Amino acid sequence: MTQHNGHTGQERIGVYVCHCGSNIAGTIDVEAVALWAAEHLNHHGVVVARDYKFMCSSLGQELIEKDIKELGLTRVVVAACSPHLHEQTFRIACQRAGLNPYLCELVSIREQASWVHTDKKAATEKAKALITGGVERVAWHEPLEPLRVPIHPATLVVGGGIAGIQAALEIADAGFPVYLVEREPSIGGHMAQFDKTFPTMDCAACILTPRMVSVGTHPNITLLTWSEVTDVQGYVGNFTVTIRKKARYIKEDLCTGCGICQEKCPKKVIDEVFEAGLGYRKAVYTPFPQAVPKYPVIDRENCTYFQKGTCRACEKLCPTEAIDFEQTDELLTVEVGNIILATGFDILDARRIGQYGYGRLANVFTSLEFERLSNAAGPTNGQIVLRDGVTQPQTVGIIHCAGSRDRNFNNYCSAICCMQSLKFAHLVRERTGATVYNFYIDIRTTAKAYDEFYQRVLEDGAILIRGRVAEVTDAARLPGEEGKLIIQVEDTLAGKQRRIPVDMVVLSVGLEPRHDAKEVAHRFGISCSADGWIIEKHPKLDPVATMTEGVFVAGCAQGPKDIPSTVAQGAAAAARVLARIQQKEIALEPVRASVDESRCSGCRICNGLCPFNAIIFHEDRMVTEINPALCQGCGTCVAACPAGAISGTVFSNEQVLAQIEGLLLDVARRAPATEPVPV
Amino acid sequence: MSDSFEPVLIGFTCNWCSYRAADLAGTARVKYPPNIRLLRLMCSGRLDPTFVLKALASGADGVLITGCHPGECHYLEQNYKALRRYLLLRRMLAQMGIEPERVKLVWASAAEGVKLAQEITDMVEEIRALGPLNWPQRHNGAALHADEKAVKEGTA
Repeated sequence: MTQHNGHTGQERIGVYVCHCGSNIAGTIDVEAVALWAAEHLNHHGVVVARDYKFMCSSLGQELIEKDIKELGLTRVVVAACSPHLHEQTFRIACQRAGLNPYLCELVSIREQASWVHTDKKAATEKAKALITGGVERVAWHEPLEPLRVPIHPATLVVGGGIAGIQAALEIADAGFPVYLVEREPSIGGHMAQFDKTFPTMDCAACILTPRMVSVGTHPNITLLTWSEVTDVQGYVGNFTVTIRKKARYIKEDLCTGCGICQEKCPKKVIDEVFEAGLGYRKAVYTPFPQAVPKYPVIDRENCTYFQKGTCRACEKLCPTEAIDFEQTDELLTVEVGNIILATGFDILDARRIGQYGYGRLANVFTSLEFERLSNAAGPTNGQIVLRDGVTQPQTVGIIHCAGSRDRNFNNYCSAICCMQSLKFAHLVRERTGATVYNFYIDIRTTAKAYDEFYQRVLEDGAILIRGRVAEVTDAARLPGEEGKLIIQVEDTLAGKQRRIPVDMVVLSVGLEPRHDAKEVAHRFGISCSADGWIIEKHPKLDPVATMTEGVFVAGCAQGPKDIPSTVAQGAAAAARVLARIQQKEIALEPVRASVDESRCSGCRICNGLCPFNAIIFHEDRMVTEINPALCQGCGTCVAACPAGAISGTVFSNEQVLAQIEGLLLDVARRAPATEPVPV
Repeated sequence: MSDSFEPVLIGFTCNWCSYRAADLAGTARVKYPPNIRLLRLMCSGRLDPTFVLKALASGADGVLITGCHPGECHYLEQNYKALRRYLLLRRMLAQMGIEPERVKLVWASAAEGVKLAQEITDMVEEIRALGPLNWPQRHNGAALHADEKAVKEGTA
């Protein structure tokens, strides 16, 4: 019955067309496609074609398994969703029925046809063509075994905010080594800058610093602060990571963290990072008293000795002789099996929102500045005061969604600003008794105990005005506006324009990806969305994995989120890594290239093409060989070999050429050829 | 060329970027014309120019090659090799009397479902304007099939 297909010409192929409810069947006539495949593709080896409501359901899978056993199928084509979703499902079904899993091919008629086309007839015809391509291709599939690679038990966690801290502790507590890399002098991240955390209003430092201490003292955690990852090589289970440990100019083995150097350093510097520009630090500093590790760093740019060649006050006064001006950056190389990226977020530069006057009007503050103002350990010891440092505000305006949900800045919702703004309102009411106005577009208080907090803030007496603020100005027009900041807003509930004079404005600025998120993503071989957040493997079902095996993401690096979700993601990423480590090895797609030495002419064209150094040339025999452990399976050498000596599994020349032929079979048949076109 | 000419395109996609962009276009229900049929490779670097010729010879009116943006290749730099081959291939097509515009290379990251859909839409219209290629009719099929046989057997 079979005319010609695959190596043997004897393949018996089953075709299974999924309705996916109405997802596919709504646009594609799936019954007709199955009937057509049974009738018109039988010369191509198709012995059975069926349609079913949900092929991925257990009944759907059983249908395939039954046919494999009863009809002796040697190949399976499933026309359903993207292989990135269900390829594994159907491969495992084939395996259960005794068929090698790699003899199954998934044809995406949902993502590539029913969901993107509206013309039902054309979508149905396209589905037939895609299935024909799959049938022609699958005949050339070969039984394969997955590649098993060992998993190195150590993990690299990048970023020492709460996400990275949580992930590192989970893995270290399970008994496995962790390298935690942080580019600032201390771990703690943004959370260490906050005063209170919503909705329970517990103090951020009280809940965070014990965790930081655990990280600092954990026998399984190697903490590398003031350090950055400069290079990542290898693949899941076997990464080689290069870390640049910047010179601290402090001998860590001698420093006791007594703080005398910081006290005696004559050079005061505005602290733009931790204090958000509101406070000072010295040229030798730890960002905050509870910093982990306790060792300070000397800021070369501002140190009088480094800039002018004299001073060395810290060196003279250090009781343990721990200052070392001769220190240089160190490059460390570590081997790890998995990587968790917890690189966090930046806040939107409020200067970009010109109409809100930040940077021009003194008493417009950002949310991060307000966090430092209200923090008992901050520059004002927790006094909420105006920029002059003494005056308490009588009225405060808090603007939600500053730079979020705004096509001029970021389209997305920054997720935390509603609750953060309500928290600010509560703190202002509690500490100063000032009148508080919150300006919001919508109130989004969706997590546990959040809406209750919103109700509490309303009861505190905060005044909520629904409307996007048009402008913050100091140009007084009406009595009572002199010397005030005036907030111009359309109150959309009252249906009128309002001008509200206040003493202080707080902008709840949106969260943005780190300024260097793209570079970092590239270094780790993963991708960012158009907004710049790291793309997760699946937005619902695999939120902490990335497209790159062995690289996970946690916290705000993946998108804006609050502390509970960040901690949950940190723990989730750790759980995924731990599962990997426990398995000791991982099965990888056996997509690899190999050389048929008898065909290799030794031309060496392929030799320069491999970025993984997997191609070795044997001078003695004048042939090339590919190291399967290093080969990543891109197939560039396969495409380049002029002798056809290199073949690639899963994407062989035969498979691709047969698929092209199949995809165009209808066109070839339709063509009024002067001579028959062989297909 | 009749008004009812519906071009058929073959699109080569990279497993890591453009194939996922196509998935994303689907999930987001972004619409594009049904004239393209996509095929997955692991990398644009896997694209043997023979695949493009094979598609044209088998009746495709145009071929869209897609890959990761420069600097974002999953395999570090193989998309540059795809770019090199593409530029050579276009010169070769011109020498063969085929409009080089029938083959196009575009970059599309995994996040660019909308962009990919737009590129497909644009290219379908460009090929529609060029008219059918009709390679199987224009050329003697025998020579091509001999070439293809050579590729399959690795004696090219």
